[in-house]
Order: sequence, then structure tokens, then C-alpha cells
Amino acid sequence: MHGHNPAFYETLSSFLGGYYLSLAAMNGVAACYLWVSGRGRRLFGVPTYLLWLFSALAFTIVSPLAASGDPALIPGLSQGFRNVLDAIFNPVVYSVGSLVLVFGMFFARRFFVNPTVAWIVLNSAFVFMGLSMTDPDFFEIVKKPDNVPIVGMVYLLGFFTWVGASQAVKNDDRRRQGLGPLEAEDQEKVLVWPDLVYTEMICMIGLMALLIVWAILLQAPLEEPASSVKTPNPSKAPWYFLGLQEMLVYFDPWMAGVVLPSMVVFGLMAVPFIDFNKAGNGYYTIDERKFAYMTFQFGFLVLWVTLIVMGTFLRGPNWNFFGLYETWDPHKVAALNNVDLSEIVWIEMLGMERPRPAPDDGLLVGWSKILLRESPGIILVVLYLAVLPPALVLYSKFFRGMFVRMGFLRYMLLTNLLLFMMMLPIKMVCRWTFNLKYIIAIPEYLTNF
Amino acid sequence: MPSLSEIIRGSQVWKSVFRHPMPVDRRNRIVVMLTNFFLHLHPVSIKKQGIALSYTWCMGGVTFFLFLVETVTGVLLMFYYRPTLEWAYNDILALRDVTSMGILRELHRWGAHAMVITVWLHMYRVFLTGSYKPPREFNWVVGVILLLLTLLLSFTGYLLPWDQLAIWAITVGSNMARATPVLGYEGPGNQLLTVDGISMITSASDARFGLLGARFVGEETLNRFYVLHCVAIPLAASLLLAIHFWRVRKDGGISGPL
Ligand code: HEM
Repeated sequence: MHGHNPAFYETLSSFLGGYYLSLAAMNGVAACYLWVSGRGRRLFGVPTYLLWLFSALAFTIVSPLAASGDPALIPGLSQGFRNVLDAIFNPVVYSVGSLVLVFGMFFARRFFVNPTVAWIVLNSAFVFMGLSMTDPDFFEIVKKPDNVPIVGMVYLLGFFTWVGASQAVKNDDRRRQGLGPLEAEDQEKVLVWPDLVYTEMICMIGLMALLIVWAILLQAPLEEPASSVKTPNPSKAPWYFLGLQEMLVYFDPWMAGVVLPSMVVFGLMAVPFIDFNKAGNGYYTIDERKFAYMTFQFGFLVLWVTLIVMGTFLRGPNWNFFGLYETWDPHKVAALNNVDLSEIVWIEMLGMERPRPAPDDGLLVGWSKILLRESPGIILVVLYLAVLPPALVLYSKFFRGMFVRMGFLRYMLLTNLLLFMMMLPIKMVCRWTFNLKYIIAIPEYLTNF
Repeated sequence: MPSLSEIIRGSQVWKSVFRHPMPVDRRNRIVVMLTNFFLHLHPVSIKKQGIALSYTWCMGGVTFFLFLVETVTGVLLMFYYRPTLEWAYNDILALRDVTSMGILRELHRWGAHAMVITVWLHMYRVFLTGSYKPPREFNWVVGVILLLLTLLLSFTGYLLPWDQLAIWAITVGSNMARATPVLGYEGPGNQLLTVDGISMITSASDARFGLLGARFVGEETLNRFYVLHCVAIPLAASLLLAIHFWRVRKDGGISGPL
């Protein structure tokens, strides 16, 4: 490994010095704000502005150390700790972990919307980032120009999820006290000039300044000239499509690249027509639309965003999974012995040969043999898409309520969209638990599912 | 002596452009909103909630601003850049190493990344406030198409530097089109389009070929993506943006509790 490479520590230091200084400034500003506005709270009896002031001081002290370029002085993570993290990190831990995180934040939302808690979480996330940077492999991937915005996006999404949730919790509390949502207090009309026009202008100037600074600090990537014979490994799609590329691990391209993305677009368009809940129109709330809220969080944060993050930072050569601090070794081999459902059923469970169409079979005979061979999968899929939704009406009070209010067509549309969305996690779990490759495999007609 | 600004504002030229005195009183603050082309997108007065940062996060506005930045920097970049195998890469290289305004490329690229992120955040906000509910269903649908166009803009632009990053990202991305059901030559059901035993769907006539203009990412693709990126998609997006903004007004302004 490129352990003690002076050039690496030089680039690292030039970045980290400023990084910790900004963290100091961030905490200093927060401390001043809380002190002046008197809105500070107490944590174990200590006023929070004092805590942030101390954090600011601590970051100020760390900053010159980090800027020194001396590996012994830059605060980092021990190799042992990094190895442990890498060893326990794999797609299962990562995916289940993000799921648990999103649901955990939902159930404990009252805890997380507390500004003091949120501020501690934010600081910890930044510190973890700073400490991880001292790992050359981590730094290598994170500093790639096209990956920098993705890091930013993760923080922004965390921030705005918090903003949305805290407004929602406030409104939900008000409702319990018989008050209207906070937004209802703001119905007084103001003139657009100057109130809105000036805000817009300040926003535009601020944004433009931000963009210019960003453009000066970070050069756009330009690699070697295009060559159609030299395939880079890994070859990655643009970052916003990496979730789709990740799906290729579990689905054939016609599903991962065409059918499922089309369903995403179609499903998004259908949202206003299948959400029959009239509450929560024009104000933040979670309690009044828990199902919609969680479905969206699951689809957007868990299935879309975390897959992008995984595809960007954790997928290396040959699309193998690599831990945060693992070197991207192109020779890493991952055992691949996945089996089709038909193999499991016919060969392992029934102990017989699978029906196989012979070359001289007619179209009809050939197809019947294929259908017979794939019947376990076909039956499962039919059960899943056509039988499960009505069954839910019979056996689940929740879905029966939906059915009654939505009518047959809208109900089937909603459940089928949900079931399509769940196909990905289901296929993931099947792969992890019994190496399932295809539920239905008809390679004769390029239809593997 | 009248001051210089009084002279300017008293001149016939100034008055021909701005048909009212400075918007310092209530009447003229209303008039300015009604008579200025750029401002008439806005209503004259608005609920406080509609301009609360904590409500809209200003994300739609930020996205639109980034769209404008992309348009301006993009047009300037078009003055430098030639979409041919001979020049594409070299022109980008020159923007980095030679051209004094090379930072335009950085502005354009980071602006594009930022726009993808802000469009997601905008959608996130609209969802969290339930603003897609009646009467705003249609505007949500328009929004979804705008989201798609934003991604396509970014995708087609990704190819233009014509470096390794560009062509392989587009190759990976467009390979999926090969597997389009019925219309891709590696897609399920493409045998359906067989006439007299001759398959209509080949690697030179399938969906991917239509996207790339060739069997592989090559000069035809560069040209095709250039036109899509600089002309076709921006035009479509502008039209939809106009509809989107118009509908925000017609649906009763920014959403709020009923
Ligand atoms: C190029 C992309 C887009 C631009 C420039 C844009 C711009 C805007 C702007 C400026 C507003 C006014 C309120 C605000 O700033 O939040 C707005 C409202 C709205 N947008 Fe977008 N938008 C875009 C994409 C989308 C997408 C992807 C969706 C949803 C899928 C969407 C759905 C809506 C809806 C429903 C409203 C009305 C919200 C309300 O009344 O509270 N838009 N958009």
C-alpha cells in the first residue's frame, strides 16, 4: 500500500487544515447565534453555546496539526479500526444498515429533530469524514472531482430530511393541542416587491459566488482521450444512474435498465392519483400521512440514494464490493455460483432433470417444455403480482381500508407499483440467502427475470 | 441641479423602458410587478408562507437559477467547442490549459451536478408538503418530466469532453438500451418483429442504435448527443418550465393549508 507517501500527505494537509478551520467557524457561529439570541438549551446542565464554543476551540487547535503534513500529527483512524470496519462491511450490512437507519430515524424522530442532537450528529459526521480522509484509499475515491458533489449531496439530504422532519413534528404536536399547522399562521399577504424579489436577488448572488468559488477550487475532470479499445475497470455510468447500474447485479439489463426505471418514472407520475389521503396538503406532517411518508423515504433514500452512494464509493474493479478503506484491487475475486429457481426446484428439491426443449421440437412443444421447466418461477410471479393484492384485501385490515377507499383499479395500480418497488429488495435478499440468480430463466428468448 | 440619477430617470429613453417611478411606494411596487416582463412571472402579492425559506427551501427557484447559469455558460462554451472526433477533446483540453475563460467549463459542470441534486431536493420538498395533491396533480407530472429532462441533459453533456470517462460512462449507460424489450436486439421478445424469417431488430436497427446513431459510441453519437444537449432538450425543458411556472400561478400559487 502507498502508506507513507509524502505527496499524499501534502495534498491531504492542504485540504484538512482548511476543513477543520471551517468546522471551527461553523461551531463558532452557532455558539454566537445561540448566545446572542438566547435560544440555547442545556445539555447535562451545560449551556449548549459553551459546548459549541469548546468544539470551535478544539477544531481550531486540530487545524494546524492537520495542516502540518506530518502523518504523526494529523488525527486519523488506526489501521486496526479501519481493517475491522472493512471486514464487517459488505452489501448486506450496508443495505440493511441504511434501511435500519432510515426507519430508526423515523421511529425516533422526536429525538433526532432536537437541534442539539442534530448538531452533534452533524459534527460527528464531519469529524468521521475528516478522520477517514487520512486513509489514502478513502481519500483517493472521495477527492475524484465528480464524486465531490455526491458527498455534498449526502450532507444536504441529511440536512433537509432533518428540516422537513422538524417542521412536521412541530405541526404534529400542534395538531394534538388542537391548533392548525404553523404554515396556517403565515397566510397574511405581503407584496412581492420587495419581499420576494430581494430575497431572490440575494439568493442568486450568493449562489453565483458559491459556484464561482467551487469552480476555482475544484477542476473539472479530464482523463485520457477516448479510446474504444481501452476499457477502464470499473466502467461506471454517470453518478445519478449508478443505482440502475447497481441493479444489474440482481437483474438482467432489460429489467434494471429499461423496465424498472420506466416503472420509477411512471410510478412517480402516478403518485398524485393514487394518494387519496386529503390530509397534509400544503404543510409538513408525518403523523397524518405515515404510509406515504415512509414509502417515499424508502424509495428515495434507501433504494435510490444509498444505491448511488454504494455504486460510487463502494464498487470497484469488476463491480466488486470494497470497504471504505480497502484498496481497489482488480484481482479481487468474488465467488459467483448463483443458481436459478428452476434448478433449485427440479434438481435439488425434486431430484430430477429439468425439462429441456430439443432442437427438433416444434414451437408449441418447445414452449411447453420451457414453461413447464419455469413453472415454479412463473407461479410465484403470478401469485406475487395478481394474487397477493386481493389476498391483502382479505387478510390485512390496512389494505382493506385502502381498497374500500380507492376502488379496484387504483388499488391494483398502487399495490402493483409497490410490489414492483419491492422486487429489488426481495431479489437482493434471495441472492444473499440462497444465491438465487433468476426466478424465471428463459435464455432461449433472452427473458431472464 | 438635478442629480445624475434623476437626469437618467427623467430621460425619454429610461421612461420608454420603465413606465413608472421607482417602486418605493405601495402603488408603484404593484405597478412594477404588472408591467415588467421578467417580474410578471410572479404575482403582485403573496402569502408569507410562500416565501418562507423553511417551507419551499427555495429549491425550485435554485434549480431554475442553475438552469439559467447552464444556459449562459453553455452558450459561451459552444463558441469554443467543436463536436468532432478531431477537435472535441482538444478543445476541452485548451479550455483547461490555454483559454483564459476556461473556468466556464467548471461552472458548467458543477452547475449541472448541482442542478441534478437541487431538482431532487425540490421534488423531496414538494412531496413532504403534500403539494402534489389536488389541484396540483398535473404540475407534479410536469415536474417529473422536467426531472427526466434534467437527467437527460446531464447524460448527453457527459459525452461531450470525449475522454475515457465520457465515452465509457455513455457506453455503460446506453448498453442497457440494447436490452429494451421487443426493440433491443438483446432484449426479450425481439423475435416478435420478424418478417419472413428476417429479424427486423439487429444491432444496426435497435433502440440503442437509434440513441447512438451507430453500433458503438462514435462520431455519430457525439453529433447526436451534441444536438440533443444544446438544442433539443433545452428547448423542450424551456417549454415545460414555462408550463410549470404558469401552472404554479393557476393552481392558486404556492400550496398552503386549505
Ligand atoms: C427543472 C426542474 C424544475 C424547476 C426549475 C422547478 C421550478 C419550480 C419552482 C420555481 C416552483 C415554485 C415553488 C418552489 O420554488 O418550490 C415549483 C413548484 C412546484 N414544482 Fe417544480 N421545478 C422543477 C422540477 C419539478 C419536479 C421534478 C417536480 C416533482 C416531481 C416538481 C413539482 C412541483 C410542484 C407540484 C410545484 C408546486 C408546489 C407548491 O405549490 O407548493 N417540479 N417548481
